[in-house]
Amino acid sequence: MNAKTVVIGVIGADVHAVGNKVIDYALKNAGFNVVNIGVLSSQEDFINAAVETNADCIMVSSLYGHAELDCQGFREKCNEAGLNDILLYIGGNIVVGKQENAEVLERFSKLGFNRVYPPGVNIEAGIEDLKNDLNIK
Amino acid sequence: MIEAYLLIDFGSTYTKLTLVDINNATIIATSKAITTVETNIMDGFDEAFKKMNYDHQQIKISKKLACSSAAGGLKMVTIGLVPELTVEAGKRAALGAGARVLKSYSYELSNAEITEIKAMKVDIILLSGGTDGGNKAIIIENARKIAKNLTNIPIIVAGNKCAYDEIETIFTEYNISYILTENVMPKLNQIEVVAVREQIRKVFMDNIIKSKGMDKAESFTDGILMPTPAAVLKASEILAKGTSKADGFGDLIVVDIGGATTDVHSLAAGFPTKAGINLKGLQEPFAKRTVEGDLGMRYSALALLEASGEKNFYDYGIKENIYAKCDFRHQVVDFVATTSEEIKFDEAMAKVATKLAINRHVGMVEVAYTPLGEVFNQYGKDLLEVKYLIGTGGILVNSENPFDILKEGLFSKQEPTLLKPIAPEIKVDNMYILSAMGLLAFDLPDCALKIMKKYIIDK
Repeated sequence: MNAKTVVIGVIGADVHAVGNKVIDYALKNAGFNVVNIGVLSSQEDFINAAVETNADCIMVSSLYGHAELDCQGFREKCNEAGLNDILLYIGGNIVVGKQENAEVLERFSKLGFNRVYPPGVNIEAGIEDLKNDLNIK
Repeated sequence: MIEAYLLIDFGSTYTKLTLVDINNATIIATSKAITTVETNIMDGFDEAFKKMNYDHQQIKISKKLACSSAAGGLKMVTIGLVPELTVEAGKRAALGAGARVLKSYSYELSNAEITEIKAMKVDIILLSGGTDGGNKAIIIENARKIAKNLTNIPIIVAGNKCAYDEIETIFTEYNISYILTENVMPKLNQIEVVAVREQIRKVFMDNIIKSKGMDKAESFTDGILMPTPAAVLKASEILAKGTSKADGFGDLIVVDIGGATTDVHSLAAGFPTKAGINLKGLQEPFAKRTVEGDLGMRYSALALLEASGEKNFYDYGIKENIYAKCDFRHQVVDFVATTSEEIKFDEAMAKVATKLAINRHVGMVEVAYTPLGEVFNQYGKDLLEVKYLIGTGGILVNSENPFDILKEGLFSKQEPTLLKPIAPEIKVDNMYILSAMGLLAFDLPDCALKIMKKYIIDK
């Protein structure tokens, strides 16, 4: 029960289930307590799950390009729900077409995300970041 | 000598008796009289018992079991964390235990809420919150507030087990009567109601009966085992699932239309019956009870009108004086309809109650439009293919047209997203035996199943 808890899921009207399972598997193997809310999840679903399970991080996936719309006000809602210190990660095909990574990163940082992953990043890299951010040795 | 069980339902209005021949699985006699909880609960019982016609020489009553919803029933409040999650899970568990859930609270309790709970004079508080290993700050804080302010109410704790040590320390310090049981939501969206239901029943048996002027009834019987709605749910569960020796009859719905509320019990897993549907939200208990406090034939008649609107009555051929008639029934709660016009109005009310109560009980499908096309989300139970729809309660038992009333609970093409039964067999609990069978099932489940088959399913 001392493992850190991560809520994962695919946001919005997005039904891409494969990456979600890969992340679930990799996080569990790395020793995390994974709460997977699956595809087609709303901001509220993520936040409710995080409150009830006392999660340390919410890891949002999006593969269909609408993440920026789906994530409007996410950090504000977290604050409203008392999740002031929760880590917010996002990754996948989070924008449409080819855009500069730096610019995308900046836009999602403004939305309140602590880590932003463009396509092609290995899950291991994300897990390393997560361990650092949560001070797991 | 015939060995018999006497099954007693101390209802809010009537005390109902059922005498059962347990060796031949037949009903020997039934009887009822007005419940007399204000004076002596046994007066009503004695009157009903005197009326009961059976051969005293030949029949020996070997056991007397009772359930009760007299003196306001089992009043509870439930407390959880997130409204859609542990609050909902706790509420479902309490309803399944046959309680009247007066109110449910979320997050940290405020002082005003504590005062409100105090004023409601509840019988049991159910405290939950947090998955196992999840949030424990709120449930501990709520336990502390309860301990300081609500000292005389039994508490059942069914929350994050990691908070139990601290909660025990707090409750012991303040001398609170409490029980720790399994978390009602051990993992996110996973609901565990059976353990909580059983604990509620135990507290009901041990503590509540005495405080309701029921002690005389308790010493006369071999035990007041559970609240009446829990007995109905128990009977329905046996009927659907069967016993270790005999198969049940499969998925079913029971509608119980009363004077103050309409209860719906569904006994079904409720998984999607069609391909390609995503199941969303909190897991549903197999045996699920919902209570509609605004749908009733007498006390809640005005609330029913408010919930339905007059136009719902037009569909059943009633156009005039709708408000006045509902108001009259609300005022005169022991009114019995005798003229054909009054009976027709009562039946229209029952149709409205059936329709709305089942609409609220069943699950629904929602279409989401995505870049990948339409996708379907299901919330709640899919009851499209339920095999039986069974009606009970005074209006259905006494009506000449119970099937017309119950048909209002069927699937409608006008509301295709509501997952109501399409073609169930409709049955009526003519002899009003469901609660009695729930009691009998406690001791003799096979006998109860045989009797329900004989008197409800095969009728």
